[in-house]
Amino acid sequence: MRASTAAPVFAALGDETRLHLVTRLGREGPLSIAKLTERTSITRQAVAKHLRVLEGAGVVASSRDGRDGRESVWKLEAKRLEDARAHLEVISRQWDDTLERLRAFVEDE
Amino acid sequence: MTTDRIEKRILLKAPLARVWSAISDSKQFGTWFGVELDGPFVAGQRITGRIVPTKVDADVAAQQKPFEGRAFDFVVDRIEPERLFSFRWHPAAIEEGVDYSKEETTLVTFELETAEGGTLLRVTESGFDKIPLARRAKAFTMNEGGWEAQTRLVRKYVEG
Repeated sequence: MRASTAAPVFAALGDETRLHLVTRLGREGPLSIAKLTERTSITRQAVAKHLRVLEGAGVVASSRDGRDGRESVWKLEAKRLEDARAHLEVISRQWDDTLERLRAFVEDE
Repeated sequence: MTTDRIEKRILLKAPLARVWSAISDSKQFGTWFGVELDGPFVAGQRITGRIVPTKVDADVAAQQKPFEGRAFDFVVDRIEPERLFSFRWHPAAIEEGVDYSKEETTLVTFELETAEGGTLLRVTESGFDKIPLARRAKAFTMNEGGWEAQTRLVRKYVEG
């Protein structure tokens, strides 16, 4: 993953409400805005706005619900989240390099 | 897969006392880590320093130029002789003119134990989930190139 494609994902997730929406979609599968708004103090308009930000970053996508065909349902785009996790892999590899330097240092005697 | 912590285990073919001094002595730490530190490690105290410039390889030195002399600091957390050393820092906080002091830190812990053939070192860095995601993306960008070049250099230096 290149930084240029990772950055919008991180930016989109850098908000508590959006993280909450992503968590719910991850746990409960595709949901409508109505479902996402239930049991929260967030308005439908606010949820819709946050979903559009997430959609812009490619984190979620919407489709028509086949069952009643009236309301859009939103689902996670798993691939983009995997990309975001790759960030930790980069730091992990840096630790590998750093510890190899430590190894060279302490074993060189 | 967790996004909050990184854990590394490495078996070092060196006595525990040797590994402990390489980690807990700030001068030795700086040598392999690639920083020049201003004093000794003291539990609970901030230590400052700079990313060291290299003289090993002119080409890589040119790539590395943007990071030369950048301020580097962390707060020592715990020092338990020959067992544990930990500190808190701002991961990849090397952007100039940015005040990181209000941001969350990650906790880096080095734990040592004697093992068959040497010393087992476990390094964990935790707390990434509290780091603003925009910052993490930034860190990702900054880390490409600069740190990798530096890593190659230091390895070349200590192995050469």
